[in-house]
Amino acid sequence: MDTFTTHTGVGVPLKRSNVDTDQIIPAVYLKRVTRTGFEDGLFAAWRGDPDFVLNDPTYAAGSVLVAGPDFGTGSSREHAVWALQNYGFKVVISSRFADIFRGNSGKAGLLAAQVDEKVVQRLWDWLEDNPGGEITVDLESRTVRAGVGEDAVEDSFDIDDYTRWRLLEGLDDIGITLGHDADIAAFEATRPSWKPVTA
Amino acid sequence: MGKTLSEKVWDEHVVRSAAGEPDLLFIDLHLLHEVTSPQAFDGLRLANRTVRRPDLTLATEDHNVPTVDWDKPIADPVSRTQVETLRKNAADFGVRLHPLGDVEQGIVHVVGPQLGLTQPGMTIVCGDSHTSTHGAFGAIAFGIGTSEVEHVLATQTLTQARPRTMAVTVNGSLPEGVTAKDLVLTLIAHTGTGGGQGYIVEYRGQAIEELSMEGRMTVCNMSIEWGAKAGMIAPDQTTFDYIQGKPEAPKGADWDAAVAHWRTLRTDDDAVFDKEIELDASTMTPFVTWGTNPGQGAPLSADVPSPDDFDEPTDKVATEKALQYMGLEAGTPLREVKVDTVFVGSCTNGRIEDLRLAASILEGRTVAPDTRLLVVPGSVRVRLQAEAEGLDKVFLASGAEWRGAGCSMCLGMNPDQLAPGERSASTSNRNFEGRQGKGGRTHLVSVPVAAATAVRGTLSSPADLPPVAALQEA
Repeated sequence: MDTFTTHTGVGVPLKRSNVDTDQIIPAVYLKRVTRTGFEDGLFAAWRGDPDFVLNDPTYAAGSVLVAGPDFGTGSSREHAVWALQNYGFKVVISSRFADIFRGNSGKAGLLAAQVDEKVVQRLWDWLEDNPGGEITVDLESRTVRAGVGEDAVEDSFDIDDYTRWRLLEGLDDIGITLGHDADIAAFEATRPSWKPVTA
Repeated sequence: MGKTLSEKVWDEHVVRSAAGEPDLLFIDLHLLHEVTSPQAFDGLRLANRTVRRPDLTLATEDHNVPTVDWDKPIADPVSRTQVETLRKNAADFGVRLHPLGDVEQGIVHVVGPQLGLTQPGMTIVCGDSHTSTHGAFGAIAFGIGTSEVEHVLATQTLTQARPRTMAVTVNGSLPEGVTAKDLVLTLIAHTGTGGGQGYIVEYRGQAIEELSMEGRMTVCNMSIEWGAKAGMIAPDQTTFDYIQGKPEAPKGADWDAAVAHWRTLRTDDDAVFDKEIELDASTMTPFVTWGTNPGQGAPLSADVPSPDDFDEPTDKVATEKALQYMGLEAGTPLREVKVDTVFVGSCTNGRIEDLRLAASILEGRTVAPDTRLLVVPGSVRVRLQAEAEGLDKVFLASGAEWRGAGCSMCLGMNPDQLAPGERSASTSNRNFEGRQGKGGRTHLVSVPVAAATAVRGTLSSPADLPPVAALQEA
């Protein structure tokens, strides 16, 4: 996985709550057996609407999505994270993420930055005044920044320490766990014989 | 201080624990299906890794398989490739697979319990959010993404931060005709879609204890719809009776040892939950959703709400958007909402008791002229059992379509989809925009409401139907 330290990119306001993973990528787009090529399914139903934010050329280079609460609810499909990444997003900012989506983001290298609901509103307001404006998300200092001067937005975001460390270092989870192979083997030796097996 | 059920099961699976790090948790059973596993197997190949414990891994085909002509090659080439990829991966890595056409094929969360592989006190994961279903047996069971699928394949463990604990106590008994589905839809309307976030929830209380295993699975299945990490129910005699004799259940001395352990899997009297919710089952009624997330629901007897009924600005906006998408007018009685398609099936309500209940309502009645009823068994075993009991004949006589096993219209990945603007009453678990087909409108309902709706053509409960005897005299 690539390391993630800081990212600056065009902010895209997605003024909706409960953006579930079926909205992020509908099931009919999940038939590929690769990790790439899912950008065509990103928000597929909404992209038919000319007023949808991603159809606005201002946000063509968008890479920081600023969404309402309960982002990524529903299905566990990691394809939702891949679709956002395949499209070009590096960061999603929301006041609340569904657990599985947050976990998948951390594994795949998409930064899910959780902020206070008021910060989402302030970023939306700022983007309304500064369409196409850039937002900086600094994982090192856990801060999100937009603009300069009086109307600038700067605040902290939450991410758990372990995910932050893995993203900063670009670490492979499986490699870390395989380093504990002896612990796993010791645990396996203690499992009761009546536990079911499939083989 | 004592421990909660989830803390006991969690602690029994900690391989490694270190300050400032998530626990490393051993996984007892890893379930796979065709949609969320191909990239994980690819990852193994790239890193030259193997499946550590194929003997704790089981694969089946469910999300993307057709429910008609299942004995023929899959028509859609992209779907066929995905299914064939699972077959190749299972063969290459030595994983047991129940493919389309096999008698044990079906929705992964129906297959695990019916094989007896789902047992109390286990940790169970699958690349599917409705893995929470297995919590009905007192297991910690949750959905994971594909990166985690790869992690479990390679290591049989997962790194997981310890969730907080919550008790949902449902006192009293459910009234006649009110089901586990109504109970959980009522709960989600109460908590919202994010109310369970970060918690492993234990469902308890008289109404939960009185549920059958299948009803308990319906409740735990929808834990994810209010954001919970997992939902579980303490195992009891109902649980043991369900498991005993299943193909993979412990036998002889192993059975006795297992049950002795399972009996310890109860929340201690002095254990403390981080949060508690209490509900009264005796006041519950048939419950349906009107909006585009599972928390947007109301009693069937209610009217479609208005954005003005909500205090929070985000709720007002969400309601306005939902009503617009759903094509509903505030103030319309829910019972007057006309439905085009009724879907009975899914990992929420696609088991044999669900089909028996649907058939008992449809017997001697016919599906409304402009309404389509699709009955999709959760597994081949469920289908065969239903056919042995003659339920298929009841469905067909009523005008319903009787299909093969799979996820089907729950997620609209295979050809079983709603057309744009089409409205369904569905026994599944998600009413998201487009979930059952682009532009489709979904009302989540219980099995009795689904069956009655199919007969009347508008959202209904069996109480709204004239008695069959009266129909026959007329």
